[in-house]
Amino acid sequence: MGLVSDFFEWFGSLGLFFWHVLKAAVTPPYEWRELIRQLDEVGSKSLPLVAMAGAAIGAVLSMEARSSLSRFGAKAMLPSAIVYSVVLEMGPIITGLVVSGRVGAGIGAELASMKVTEQIDAIEASAINPYRLLAATRILACILMLPLLTLVADATGVFAGWLTQTIVEPVSLRQFINTGFAGATFNSFVPPTFKTAVFGLIVGLIACFQGMRTRGGAEGVGRAATNSVVLSSLFVILADVVLVKFILVFFP
Amino acid sequence: MIFNAIVRETNMATASDISMKQDQLELDGSVPVLSVSNLCKSFGGRKVLNGVTLSVKRGETLAVLGRSGTGKSVLLRIIIGLEKPDSGEVCIHGQDIASLSMDQLGEFRKKMGFLFQHAALYDSLTVGENVAFPLDHHRRSMARSEKAERVRQLLAEVGLQRDTDKMPSDISGGMQKRAGLARALALEPAILLLDEPTAGLDPISSGEIDDLVLKLQREHHMASIVVTHDLHSAKTIANRLAILDKGNVVIEGTFEDLQESNIEFVREFLSHA
Repeated sequence: MGLVSDFFEWFGSLGLFFWHVLKAAVTPPYEWRELIRQLDEVGSKSLPLVAMAGAAIGAVLSMEARSSLSRFGAKAMLPSAIVYSVVLEMGPIITGLVVSGRVGAGIGAELASMKVTEQIDAIEASAINPYRLLAATRILACILMLPLLTLVADATGVFAGWLTQTIVEPVSLRQFINTGFAGATFNSFVPPTFKTAVFGLIVGLIACFQGMRTRGGAEGVGRAATNSVVLSSLFVILADVVLVKFILVFFP
Repeated sequence: MIFNAIVRETNMATASDISMKQDQLELDGSVPVLSVSNLCKSFGGRKVLNGVTLSVKRGETLAVLGRSGTGKSVLLRIIIGLEKPDSGEVCIHGQDIASLSMDQLGEFRKKMGFLFQHAALYDSLTVGENVAFPLDHHRRSMARSEKAERVRQLLAEVGLQRDTDKMPSDISGGMQKRAGLARALALEPAILLLDEPTAGLDPISSGEIDDLVLKLQREHHMASIVVTHDLHSAKTIANRLAILDKGNVVIEGTFEDLQESNIEFVREFLSHA
């Protein structure tokens, strides 16, 4: 019974937190300087990690798909299989999970540490809305940066897929891309890339929420960081199921 | 339409007159700048404050003493709006702020400076940036050079002019408190709230903080509330002292009034302090 009420209490508090952030985000004064700092923190600093994760996924997909497709005599489909797998699903979800690990933990720990050392109270006591300064800027940075990072993961994934393929059986990059993207339309690639804005909302919102509600010293900070990563990763995966269905229905 | 405009004008004029009158009364010390009345606050069924009533006038310092857990810090957190009281009033410049939302509270918070028990400096900013923080957010039109000059003045006032570029982790506890005090003074507040300003400091650093608070009081004529365990410090910096016990004010007056009191708790408190 306690677990059920805790579950509803958590969701209720999260909803209320989101409402405070939304109200603060749409009313002036706007914290542009902090937003730019967070865009750099979430975007530029996640770039190498996301690029490497995308490349690794592209290479693995290429190796795995090659043996499977060869078995069915469909080796010519390899570029399409790699491009579609990376762009439709692997790129977005890997980016969501990598960012939830790096940024989620960072935001959760930073805000939790500020909370337990009364820095968030000090911000509030200085007549500055912490939802606007700390949460809205971080969440917005995650929403804006996730689709861009996804494009990077997609690009390195496709490139690594081609590289792995061309080592075994040389093919030009232009031919690989032309074949891979043959028949692709706007609806094939744009919605899956922009669904990661929702992942950004989830990662930013949960990390800020867990950080700003922390209680109790160093243990609380550790717990907030762990919970931020675990919960945001879990909700990114769950949201992906819903979003894929949504895209299939509305962007067939 | 015209009638509404006239009524609005009249109301604005009346509000402005009242505000001017209030300012004048606060200036000559006839009415308090800050008052709390019948303040009650419970946490998980435990009553921490049970009808606290206090007030401070311009240029006056009130020290609030009491045992640990008697709600002294909670009282300050309610005044600044970090906690909502269960009941009671908190009046700043004659207006009750206890039920205001975060955004409505903003204007009143700008008139209050708060020194946290552990200074609560922003650990990712330098000492100078910490002091500039309220100015960056509330004096957006202020020129950069003017802001830098104001920060320099504030840090000089607390004796940290040579530590502007140091990180909070690189300075001592006493210096952190002084930097916190400079930050609290950045917006030239009318009310200063100090939570345990000498806690955790050696006697020399405590004395320095006391001297600093006295100097600032002389120069800025703020209404101050100091929450402390340190009776010596309270005696030095405060005009009046109040002792809290079981969520209520047991006695309020000068140090001499407290010494002459026959209340058992007060005598016991003074003898152990």
